[in-house]
Amino acid sequence: MARENWQVEHLLRRAGFGPSPTDLLRFAETPASVVVDHLIEYQRQPDDVDSYIGRAEYVSVTTRGGAFTPNTNIDDARQRWLFRMVHSERPLQEKMALFWHNHFATAYTKVAGAVGGVQATKMLAAKPGDLPGPLGQIELFRRHALGNFRNLLVDVAKDPAMLVWLDGRTNTRARPQENFAREIMELFTWGVGYYTEQDVYAAARVFTGWNLRQIPQRANNNDPNTYYEFFYNPNQHDASAKAFTFPIYADGGRTIPARAAADGMQDGVDFIAALARHPETARRLARKLWSFFVSELYAPDPAFVEAVASEYLSNNTEMKPVVRSILRSPWFNSPDMWFTRYSWPAEFVARAIREVGWTGFTVNTARAALVNMGQTLFEPPDVAGWELGAGWFSTGAMLARMNFATTLASNQRFNLAKAAGGSRVSPESLLDFFLFERLSPSPFDLQPYLELLAYVSTAPWTGSDAQVNAKTAGLARLVVGSSEYQFI
Amino acid sequence: MITRRQFIHDGVAAFTLSFAAPAFLSEIARAQGARSRSLVVVYLSGGNDSLNTVVPYRDPFYYSRRPAIAIPAGQVLQIGSDPAGKVLGLHPRLTGLHEIFNQGRLAIVQRTGYANSSRSHFQGTDIWGTANPGNTTGLGWLGRYLDTLPSPVDSLAGWNATRDTPRALAARTVAVPAIPDARAYSLSSPNGAVEALNERTAATRIASHVPSDRPHLSFVNGSVRAALETLDRVASVNLYAPTVTYPNNGFAQALRTVAGSIARGIGTRVYWVQTGGFDTHSGQGNAGGGRYGTLMGTLGDGLLAFHNDLRNQGLLSDTLVLQFSEFGRRISENGSAGTDHGAAGVMMALGGGVRGGIYGSAASLDPNPGNPTLENAGADVRYETDFRAVYARVLDGWLGADSVALLGGNFRPGAPAII
Repeated sequence: MARENWQVEHLLRRAGFGPSPTDLLRFAETPASVVVDHLIEYQRQPDDVDSYIGRAEYVSVTTRGGAFTPNTNIDDARQRWLFRMVHSERPLQEKMALFWHNHFATAYTKVAGAVGGVQATKMLAAKPGDLPGPLGQIELFRRHALGNFRNLLVDVAKDPAMLVWLDGRTNTRARPQENFAREIMELFTWGVGYYTEQDVYAAARVFTGWNLRQIPQRANNNDPNTYYEFFYNPNQHDASAKAFTFPIYADGGRTIPARAAADGMQDGVDFIAALARHPETARRLARKLWSFFVSELYAPDPAFVEAVASEYLSNNTEMKPVVRSILRSPWFNSPDMWFTRYSWPAEFVARAIREVGWTGFTVNTARAALVNMGQTLFEPPDVAGWELGAGWFSTGAMLARMNFATTLASNQRFNLAKAAGGSRVSPESLLDFFLFERLSPSPFDLQPYLELLAYVSTAPWTGSDAQVNAKTAGLARLVVGSSEYQFI
Repeated sequence: MITRRQFIHDGVAAFTLSFAAPAFLSEIARAQGARSRSLVVVYLSGGNDSLNTVVPYRDPFYYSRRPAIAIPAGQVLQIGSDPAGKVLGLHPRLTGLHEIFNQGRLAIVQRTGYANSSRSHFQGTDIWGTANPGNTTGLGWLGRYLDTLPSPVDSLAGWNATRDTPRALAARTVAVPAIPDARAYSLSSPNGAVEALNERTAATRIASHVPSDRPHLSFVNGSVRAALETLDRVASVNLYAPTVTYPNNGFAQALRTVAGSIARGIGTRVYWVQTGGFDTHSGQGNAGGGRYGTLMGTLGDGLLAFHNDLRNQGLLSDTLVLQFSEFGRRISENGSAGTDHGAAGVMMALGGGVRGGIYGSAASLDPNPGNPTLENAGADVRYETDFRAVYARVLDGWLGADSVALLGGNFRPGAPAII
């Protein structure tokens, strides 16, 4: 199970959370194109990952004295998501959920401030069928992971967490609310530069009446069986015409016509359809997908942007053909692009666990460490999402990554020493075990390679259990905590 | 197929440099003037509603346009009137700042901003960071200042007390460490004693590699080095015993860490502290209660503790606090008892060297589209003082830098004489 299928390894890091030792074995001889289909057509893989939570052969979760309640407790919801990143048979679905979470960045704290922690967790993370009420926002992202972007936008506009987060719940005829109206243009679709303040005012009126209601009314927010749901309130909808500076309709018409309040939801559907099919939205998504899948070191190739935008528009805003074309593209598959993306903290943590090992380790430890790395799941810093790329690597955040490597390496010391097996014969072979079998760092130049070797060889090599246990943990920490490991 | 030999890059081809950590970092700090002045930038993230921070409580339009969230005139903390004669008061929860104002150490600069103000948080924050409304992606104004310090620049010349590095601190040559809490800034090891030391040595040496063909790797190695180099000195701040009790929130605790660093003579020139939640689209509240009252309490109480702590130790005259936000908010409240994104805002400066008082003139809130103090058809406050004029005053008058070079233009004329 050595690292031999580099193209597939690259694919698993980018379109998943890194290769586990099992993956390296399973895909050793498989062509990358087959693995692309395996990842993209994820509906063919089982969706039962949550049922493994609590089993000894998987990474653990930590409960605080009571039951594990990921639908109503945000820390448990975070643990469940991390568990899925580590173990899901559908890694690309989880990866896209993470992409959409950053794209439609919604933070728990504000939602909880409005409706309490139980309801806020339900809004963000409730699994369909577990409790009464609509599915949580992250489930929306899973459902639409490679679905239709226009439909995703419509569902996001009606999503309870979003209605609290960007104040749509208080968007009324008399007092239009601009928050969601602005961000759907600035951040969720085409970006600044294509609309005016007048468009923001008009868009706010489009979404008047897209509100929220509690079921049952005036229920106790702490009761997990109560919930909030989207509610179109025709009495609060501004039914007059809305004029924009850009085309809303295929015939070039820029005005959403006045219509009866009862039919007023069509305003929002028309508006979203116009944004979704606009070529600038297509290009902006293409650029974001370039940075996510292809590279953060090279600016998006204009030919890539046009090709992906055209794939998106010609497929009626469907994402599956778009992502498939990216993963099969020469840009993605160029070896020059390997290890040219800064890993997000959640990716770093999931990959480290998948590669170092998890038996006896709890994702709760990762949850706490992620705070210092700058990525608390369900708590992006603002609606623009996280500062990606080099922005992840402040000194404090890098220190947190090194310290997480330490925690994981300490925890897995004996598992690693056992797995190293025959590699304990010499410092060189022990180091080889980490660099070419167990872990998947980017290449080490000769000098840092020799420094790693010098670390293993600080005392004459005996291969004793004590020496192997110490150096095994030390090497896992040094490699996982190295700059070389921070790229995917 | 890639061989193992290729995987370990050929050392001959790669141009490598080693950075030895200076043995006496604290001496470098001293050479750069440990007792030199420091600037503490306080960023209120989300767009502060300046009209409820500094309240024009005799403007009838203030009350007619904000029926739910206006501060009642009887509850403001009075600070007199601005040079144009407009009577003003502070938010009732800003008792801390009121006290500092009364001691003559708080300067309030009204209607700060720039032409065609961005209503986007992200563009706005970047513009305040680069100090260039035409370019939101370059280096930061404070980063450019740090780049002018004589080499080798001490690794704690800048100290970012928040987790992410803001645009304002983006520098060409200086990596500013992010240290929100000195107590959490430490390195752990899976092994003890000698092995732990071996590991730290190895980590330092591995990170001293500068692969010129992989600048991104060099960049992350720079972060590793900066972390390892600063650990021990930051640890000395852990032992800091402040002279006052700081409130138990992230903002005040970050200020406590900054005070510790100043008191320990670490030699940092620029600190960055921020506090969020100012994007008050809904439920702002009016007087003492509501979300906005909490924000004001956090701001005022934290700064008062910081001010008193430094004053008690005779360090206030070396310290300047400069507060800003990416934009002000709409004058009229929205239907959610909040305010949407607006234009000009308020900046404040605090410290021993500050000439306290109110600078600039308040807007008239008359919604008449012809009102010259407003813009966007009377919806938003128009700026009067370019924020870069305030930056210029701080760069020239406090940091001893050349603001014309650093800001790419002469913003000295009309700069308020706050220091």
